[in-house]
Amino acid sequence: MAILEVSNVEKSFGKTKVLEGISFNLEEGHVLSIIGSSGSGKTTLLRCINFLETADKGKIIVDGDVIFDGESRQKLSKKQQLEKQLSIGLVFQDFNLFPQYNVLENVTLALKIRAKRRPDFKKNKKQIFEEIDEKAKSVIKKMGLEDKLDSYPCMLSGGQKQRVSIARAMALEPKILFFDEPTSALDPELTGEILKVIRELAKEKMTMVIVTHEMTFAKEVSDYIVFMDKGVIAEEGEASEVIGNPKTARLKEFLSKISD
Amino acid sequence: MFWTVTLSLLQGFGQTLKLFALTLLFALPLGLIISFGSMSKFKPIKAFSRLLVWVIRGTPLMLQLIVIYYGPGLIGATAARWISEGAAGSFFTWIASWHVFDRFVAVLIAFVINYACYFSEIYRGGIESISKGQYEAGQVLGLSKSQTFFKVILFQVIKRIIPPMSNEIITLVKDTSLARTIAIYEIIWNGQAFIKSDGLLWPLLYTGIFYLLFNGLLTVVFGKIEKKMDYYNC
Repeated sequence: MAILEVSNVEKSFGKTKVLEGISFNLEEGHVLSIIGSSGSGKTTLLRCINFLETADKGKIIVDGDVIFDGESRQKLSKKQQLEKQLSIGLVFQDFNLFPQYNVLENVTLALKIRAKRRPDFKKNKKQIFEEIDEKAKSVIKKMGLEDKLDSYPCMLSGGQKQRVSIARAMALEPKILFFDEPTSALDPELTGEILKVIRELAKEKMTMVIVTHEMTFAKEVSDYIVFMDKGVIAEEGEASEVIGNPKTARLKEFLSKISD
Repeated sequence: MFWTVTLSLLQGFGQTLKLFALTLLFALPLGLIISFGSMSKFKPIKAFSRLLVWVIRGTPLMLQLIVIYYGPGLIGATAARWISEGAAGSFFTWIASWHVFDRFVAVLIAFVINYACYFSEIYRGGIESISKGQYEAGQVLGLSKSQTFFKVILFQVIKRIIPPMSNEIITLVKDTSLARTIAIYEIIWNGQAFIKSDGLLWPLLYTGIFYLLFNGLLTVVFGKIEKKMDYYNC
């Protein structure tokens, strides 16, 4: 069963139609890359799934739960939305780390706030927080940042910042992790470290949706690729097929421009 | 004579400090409420808050003092002239017969409203300067709106508004001298009194030392806070 089902999603900003009926499914443990030129609606699509925008039409199902249905217009309650929000993670293009917190605090903040709702919180506060710290440290270590626990975001390179933000999302153990152009704000020589981390996650069968401009990377890491153009899916298929053997003129043109 | 003057000025400065501290105490939180009002998506509240800020910032504080102190009595007197009979008439006559607010309370109300409006604009600027990404990051991490505000946004706002706030607060110290418009015996009033009673001008100039020393202290304190909050700016 697909863990993410998107069907006929439409979204306009004012008179501009940004998404004109997007549908795709994603299986658990798979990696989907979304490629396409700027303004094709990739980011908006991601934002609609992550509750940062509300779609106008269509249906979005995450892990069996309908999170958006344009037909019934039934809205999730705030509590339901929060719960659902936690089952998906989003890594932003420009990190959005919290500047006043160090690396460890950035990763633990949401977990610690959430822990306050546990019935045994008052009794075991210290132990709960220690467990959270341990868990966060192991995620940070996986990102290769164990020596930066006390550093503030401003002291880190772009690549390190992005790895912290991946750790921050991973610490919540999302079922699907979304990446919105995770390397676009980085210097070219720093993109490698991020791509390496994502490759590792793919090996561990993390379900991911990646909006990216790194074609070679997309081809290598994804199971499936969706090419978006002007708010529609212009071409889709197995990663090697889409990148290696494009069918539509539009995708051919896009790939030749990118490789220049 | 020097000690007599110093003592009298200290007494006046006590009033000054009292007005200063109480104004801060009430205006700091009220300003936050007004700033939320001016950022509200509910149009009437937004319009009201912006109108209030416009009127208060657009007119002199001295005039506001006079309006709040004399205004209610004047309105009462005018109303009593038109309606002098029955319960309403006696109510208006009653209002007209006294100043509704005690002098100090009237001054405090005027100062609190005035400074809350200025603070609200500083708060608004600070809050609006935080990038949308910070709110969105809070949201995708499953924080509620208020959790995001208190755990993520507020600290960054405070850090950003400390310089303009310290500016405004230092202005407040000096603005307290306006209270003498309605005969609050603050430090300038007391200093000036020596011109009439003893023909001495220097006590009035001497008051400047008190302001200078106090504002020097505030500058040092704000500098310390600013430095302390700067830990995450590399």
